[in-house]
Amino acid sequence: MPVETVEAEDVRAGEFAGSAVKRREDPHLLTGEARYTDDVQYPRMAHLALLGSQYGHAEIGAIDTSAAEESEGVLAVYTHEDLTESGIDGTMPAADPENGVAVERPLLARERVRYQGQPVAAVVAEGRYDAFRALDLIEVEYDRLEAAPELEDALAEGAPRLHDAAEGNVCFESETGDEEATEEAFSDADHTVALTVANNRVIPTAMEPRAAVARYRKSEDALIVELSSQNPHSVQDRLSDVLDVPEHRVTVRVPDVGGGFGAKLQPYSGHLLSAWCAMALERPIKWQARRTDDFQSMVHARHQETEIEAALSAEGDLLGLRGHIDADLGGYATGGGVGIPQGTAAMLCGQYDVPAGHVSVRGVFTNTAPISAYRGAGRPEAAYVIERLGSACARELEIDPAEFRRRNFIPSKEFPVETALGRSYDSGDYEKTLDRALEIVGYDGFRQRQEAAREEEKYLGIGFSSYVEVCGGSSGDMEGGLVRMNPEGGVVVGTGTQDTGQGHATSFAQVVADELGVDYDAVEVIEGDTDRVPEGGGTAGSRSLPMGGGALREAAGRLVEKGRTIAAHQLEASEADIEFDDGEFRVRGVPDRTVTIEAVAEAAYSPGDLPEGVDAGMEETAFFTPEGSTAPFGTHVAIVEVDPDTGELGFERYVAVDDVGTQINPKLVEGQIKGGIAQGIGQAVYEEGRYDENANLATGSLQDYAMPKSWQLPEVDWESTETPSPNNPLGAKGVGEAGTIAAMPAVVNAAIDALSPFGVDDLDAPLSEETLWRAARGETR
Amino acid sequence: MYPPAFDYLRAESVEEALDLLSDTEDAELLAGGHSLLPTIKSGLADPGTLIDVGGIDDLSGVETTEEGVWIGATTTYADALKSETLAERAPAVADAIGEIGDVQVRNRGTVGGNVAHADPASDLPGPLLAADATVHVRGADGERSIPIDDYFLAMYATAIEEGEIVTGIEIPACEGSGAYVKKTSPSSGYAVVGVGVRLAVSGGEIESARVGANGAFGYGRRLGPVEEFLAGETIDGGDVAAEAGERATADVEEWELIEDIDTSSEFRGRLLEAYAERAVDRALDRAG
Ligand SMILES: Cc1cc2nc3c(=O)[nH]c(=O)nc-3n(C[C@H](O)[C@H](O)[C@H](O)COP(=O)(O)OP(=O)(O)OC[C@H]3O[C@@H](n4cnc5c(N)ncnc54)[C@H](O)[C@@H]3O)c2cc1C
Repeated sequence: MPVETVEAEDVRAGEFAGSAVKRREDPHLLTGEARYTDDVQYPRMAHLALLGSQYGHAEIGAIDTSAAEESEGVLAVYTHEDLTESGIDGTMPAADPENGVAVERPLLARERVRYQGQPVAAVVAEGRYDAFRALDLIEVEYDRLEAAPELEDALAEGAPRLHDAAEGNVCFESETGDEEATEEAFSDADHTVALTVANNRVIPTAMEPRAAVARYRKSEDALIVELSSQNPHSVQDRLSDVLDVPEHRVTVRVPDVGGGFGAKLQPYSGHLLSAWCAMALERPIKWQARRTDDFQSMVHARHQETEIEAALSAEGDLLGLRGHIDADLGGYATGGGVGIPQGTAAMLCGQYDVPAGHVSVRGVFTNTAPISAYRGAGRPEAAYVIERLGSACARELEIDPAEFRRRNFIPSKEFPVETALGRSYDSGDYEKTLDRALEIVGYDGFRQRQEAAREEEKYLGIGFSSYVEVCGGSSGDMEGGLVRMNPEGGVVVGTGTQDTGQGHATSFAQVVADELGVDYDAVEVIEGDTDRVPEGGGTAGSRSLPMGGGALREAAGRLVEKGRTIAAHQLEASEADIEFDDGEFRVRGVPDRTVTIEAVAEAAYSPGDLPEGVDAGMEETAFFTPEGSTAPFGTHVAIVEVDPDTGELGFERYVAVDDVGTQINPKLVEGQIKGGIAQGIGQAVYEEGRYDENANLATGSLQDYAMPKSWQLPEVDWESTETPSPNNPLGAKGVGEAGTIAAMPAVVNAAIDALSPFGVDDLDAPLSEETLWRAARGETR
Repeated sequence: MYPPAFDYLRAESVEEALDLLSDTEDAELLAGGHSLLPTIKSGLADPGTLIDVGGIDDLSGVETTEEGVWIGATTTYADALKSETLAERAPAVADAIGEIGDVQVRNRGTVGGNVAHADPASDLPGPLLAADATVHVRGADGERSIPIDDYFLAMYATAIEEGEIVTGIEIPACEGSGAYVKKTSPSSGYAVVGVGVRLAVSGGEIESARVGANGAFGYGRRLGPVEEFLAGETIDGGDVAAEAGERATADVEEWELIEDIDTSSEFRGRLLEAYAERAVDRALDRAG
């Protein structure tokens, strides 16, 4: 049953956290009041448009901009040379991997293009149409080169080399785990099971394409950039770096954001060039990417090819795990491109107690859009590989797949643990979510039902995904939280996380209202303004609630402490005797000697009413660093039916039991999980970014790229358990990515199970009808 | 994408539209705009002038005629779906219209625009062929009617001539049963294959059948062997639908079937068989 929402006014004060308070952002978003970057208008605003490379791999000769410059409304046309002439180096900070090479990432192509759509030139014009018209008039001399769009092409002998520095197109190599111990485990094994698993390329497709509006106030030397982003502070940092302006002169603001999913973490050429153009032309500049621009030149995600092998005892205990990941980086290495596959390698133990493991990673350049973060960033890839392997092991050893998982789970009493591949999990109770999922789905009777259905030529399959992921910040991460109570009792809170649809204004208000004992409606949440919120790390890796919520809770706690001092003074009692509960300070044992926190706040702004040594004001900022990351987990079970005659796949059931620690708002948790599942199923069944052999993007629009629609998705039966995280004061684990991480293996495993009577034991996503039809006929396409 | 500039004219009557069409160089008719505008935006067309016929009252609406039903060219899908007559007299066409795009597309797109555009993957060619429709057009030289069998010529090519406007589509009432089913593309929502069926039924026997397919070929095409098989079968005769489906590709060469990045022609042939079976099955169900 879906979680029932409650109105905040029906919740008792102090009990907001844990209640499914209705999202306060919805009226704003649903009535069209929302204001996205493209809604931002300024007088004299001009429009920036970028010319993307026509080809996936080519040398660039002369660029003739003269016709474009003369086109109606055009203010300027720029190429890379113009950037360097202005005194900046015209590049974005390059990923600099250990054991690898750093390659330059130009804002506008210099000498060569390495993926279709890579920005080559920029036009600024009075109107948006003027700008796009002029783009067509720029003449670029391309000298086409042989392209390497697939990993296989890039790694082949004699492959075209993308970057001089990267021999064999390898950007970096890394490894994790203990090779020697792993080899030993394999030599002791009774069985080994090996599998090749491909994570298909997906294209993050937020409803709102990228956009920015930049202004430069010459008299103050101030740059103000409004943009659709997940991480205003890092954009500020990047702007300062790339444009060579001091950070304190740069303000970044984020209007409403129509989705980010990881792809809007870093600013792109368009964002940075808007700011550069605003400074060069001293006019407000807007850049609004088109859908096609986002398809071609926003980051893509996931693409990895993995060899994985398990060593097992005769009874089915995992003894060791070894593997290798070839990770597609695209034409240039982003920080995410380099970090994500290494994160995948470290996550490959999944929920299992694996005594020894070793995984190597190779990052490879291809003539495709750069790869970076997308909901889950490295963990969905890992969950897909290990959960496919788990099911393969169970099949090979003829053990029930649920039983195989249970037998190998890390026991709940062993937490916290560090896995053989180097990841720490804070807390967990894996059997609990598995048991509950099996119960809901009716696993007991399933095999009989499946057998009976097969007699009638109906092919049902069940697929398991017992996943764990690691998110929610880390002990090396910090987040700022500001809590201010105004003299009249209103509360304003701010953090450096950034809502892109999650509902931060709801959940953060719940946390702070409880902490201060005030009304939920009294709390206003601010994000997305580097002038108004403390330094922070944005929204990524499901860190907002554990980190931002943690920071706000800490700041609110400090505010209560300050209030206690003031209250003691007002109530003429010793501070040690002041209790705080439900928004009231009381003298212990004297029930009628009380003062509300609102009254205390009022006093806090009248220096005459304050005890000696206490500064005026009721405002605290905390910078929070958690003890460590959080490890949400759960079990998802999919039951599908596959029609071998048409390859059509239908969902009979999708059950998800997730544990994301303590839940501040179960409705938001449910929404995050279900939305996440949609994206996981997207990768499993529908989505794949595909290039042709010349490195042209073949799936460059929503006509060709199958973003799932609601009718293509199953109803989800969702339940949860709550195993608190010991690593932050809220006990909350991240929830933004768990659904996506869990879903894909459940669905693919289910399809394999459904087609097992046809000898199918392996399938590659996406599970298109043709893929399944051919598999049932013993073919691959 | 952003379209290049064009002029926009609005016609109040068919006469005015015809005049504008003959007087304006490089002009194109605009109805719902749901095929034309995407085509312009993606750079595949660049007309100098658009002549909007969407507001011509005479061309809009579904009417019951003596023989069957008339659908005015600029009738939107949403309006067509409100007609009970259409559902009764042309069930395959009504099914198909209900399967087009989504609510927004059905609110804007028009039946006439659809058949004029003749996208091979659109949903109307198959059921209109099955329904034995007639396309009515008007040009400078007056009106003419084109039997649907002579209408679809090739991909995006029809028997409409330069300077002609589609005024409406006439469909003889179906004395029996009909249905349309489609395999919806997971990305575009258009038909990977779609099959429309019309059965003339008398006393539990199929007297004759018309079966048309879209999505499968470069243009809408009838499935002759399926029709021939169905004639003379009984509506509750065991494996009729399955046997009909098997014949969907009987006279089809593999190269005739569309191949794209998602679907090979071989698999498209398989889907054509499966969806022919389902369409017949559904029509038989309704006949019973
Ligand atoms: C997102 C989306 C999804 C869609 N999904 C589907 C789908 O699932 N199935 C499907 O069948 N279609 C689908 N379509 C296409 C849709 O049905 C179009 O509306 C239809 O194909 C064209 O009708 P229109 O009125 O929009 O014509 P327009 O786009 O205005 O015109 C199309 C062409 O027909 C010509 N034309 C228009 N009216 C006349 C006339 N009276 N006489 C002569 N020529 C005329 C125009 O000059 C133009 O060349 C989809 C479209 C979109 C945008």
